[in-house]
Amino acid sequence: MIRFQNLFKRYPGGHDALSDVCFDLNDGEMAFLTGHSGAGKSTLLKIISLIERPTRGQALLNNVNLAKIGKRRIPYMRRQIGIIFQDHQLLFDRSVFDNVALPLVIAGYRHQEIGRRVRASLDKVGLLDKEKQNPVTLSGGEQQRVGIARAVVNKPPLLLADEPTGNLDPELSWEIMRLFENFNQVGVTVLIASHDLELIKRMDHRILTLNQGRMFEQTSWELD
Amino acid sequence: MSKTKSAAGRGAADASQPNSRFTAYLLNHAQVFFSSLGKLYRAPMSNLMTVAVIGIALAFPMGLYVLLQNLQAVSGGWNGATQISLFTKMKVNDARAAELGQELRLLPEIESLHVLTRQEAMSEFQALSGFGEALEVLEKNPLPAVLIIHPNEANSSPAQVALLVEKLRQLPEIDIAQLDMQWVERLYTMMEIGERGIIVIAALLALAVLLTVGNTIRLDIQSRRDEIVIVKLIGATNAFIRRPFLYTGFWYGCLGGVISWLMIEISLSLLAGPVQRLAGLYGSDFSLATMNLLSGLGLLAISILLGLAGSWIAVGRHLNEIEPS
Repeated sequence: MIRFQNLFKRYPGGHDALSDVCFDLNDGEMAFLTGHSGAGKSTLLKIISLIERPTRGQALLNNVNLAKIGKRRIPYMRRQIGIIFQDHQLLFDRSVFDNVALPLVIAGYRHQEIGRRVRASLDKVGLLDKEKQNPVTLSGGEQQRVGIARAVVNKPPLLLADEPTGNLDPELSWEIMRLFENFNQVGVTVLIASHDLELIKRMDHRILTLNQGRMFEQTSWELD
Repeated sequence: MSKTKSAAGRGAADASQPNSRFTAYLLNHAQVFFSSLGKLYRAPMSNLMTVAVIGIALAFPMGLYVLLQNLQAVSGGWNGATQISLFTKMKVNDARAAELGQELRLLPEIESLHVLTRQEAMSEFQALSGFGEALEVLEKNPLPAVLIIHPNEANSSPAQVALLVEKLRQLPEIDIAQLDMQWVERLYTMMEIGERGIIVIAALLALAVLLTVGNTIRLDIQSRRDEIVIVKLIGATNAFIRRPFLYTGFWYGCLGGVISWLMIEISLSLLAGPVQRLAGLYGSDFSLATMNLLSGLGLLAISILLGLAGSWIAVGRHLNEIEPS
């Protein structure tokens, strides 16, 4: 699904965010991306979601070289990725339903199909009864779940999450992570950037660690 | 969990794929067409002000244009009434004058011709001038015969009439060919200046409309910056993002056009009464013509084009700057 080969990312000004990063994430795999803040986690996710371009080296998504994707094709590539943000990035001028429906509207689904899929997606995150509410009225955990519902509603093969539990208490965080595991169990590839080591330890998945732009793999008992 | 499976399952055979690109495209257009109107409706005051500015800016030159057209209609009537007076030489007698009249009536440029014999000229002069008794003293009639000519409607432009006068002046029997038309010519020239002036005003105000719409859309784009970033991140194309702003510009133009049409109609109906009374005082049955349907639709089309162009400029300049980071 994702393959990085000797990838470097240097920001203007000379800061090396990623140095010689190599890794593979197979179809259907679930992995955590961890490291201190500033270690390059966000940069790595931005390269996959075509927000940033690598300075050197290759990034492949579904065997497509991301460097070769022109500006006009970026939106279509992004539709294959469900992105979940720490601050959920919901639109507060519309209902929960309309927020979740947005990717489907963009992709041009039929009206009835949108209704069916949005409700299925909201049902999965346990918010079916809140579809008419404005996201502003929801709690932090609920807002994050709306964000997840929006990310999965068009069934992307890949989910990227950037600190999805950053603002949540441990119990809510655990629920959110279980939700990601559920998606992974039905075949979705999941990559979660998080520095919540306690939580990561409790879950048995691959752990990719970034330290000053370099990547190495750890097992959960090596974490500290 | 079977539900979970069906909704999140990757690559599962799915009968309900997105619409074809073309259908989706049309569907989105229709949806945005109405939703952008709804958006204007939800912030009525500020949008009404924008629309009113557009309406006034367009109503001003268009209203002037309609008034000018009215003036042209009136002066066209006067032009038809232009008359050419041919004074014959003194040696031409009444019989010859009548003969000449018959010949000239055959010219295609001439609508009607009236021959005033020397005797008729004399009695008219006596009656109107007040010199009646003094003229009695004269032994000979000092007045020549006069041929009064009305050029026909199709040949009544100043240039054509001038040509006709020149032609008639060449006739051996004619002493003086007089045309009381200089004032009509002046009026025509003034109207030409007016027309040019209206074009200049219209161009300036069209620019104002363009800038107003452009600026309003620019502010709209800036206030929705976060939203634009989010939809770009979930795979919206630039065209998809551009569309609501373009339709907003379309609606600004459309509503502005309607308002300016209304303003012109109301202003003209306010003027109609006094104008008719004034015309009545001149013994004319002239009444102020309002805008016809065609120029109204033209006004609307221009307004819509300006709205679209204004938003296009704003969108082109500002939308590409907004990228997720």
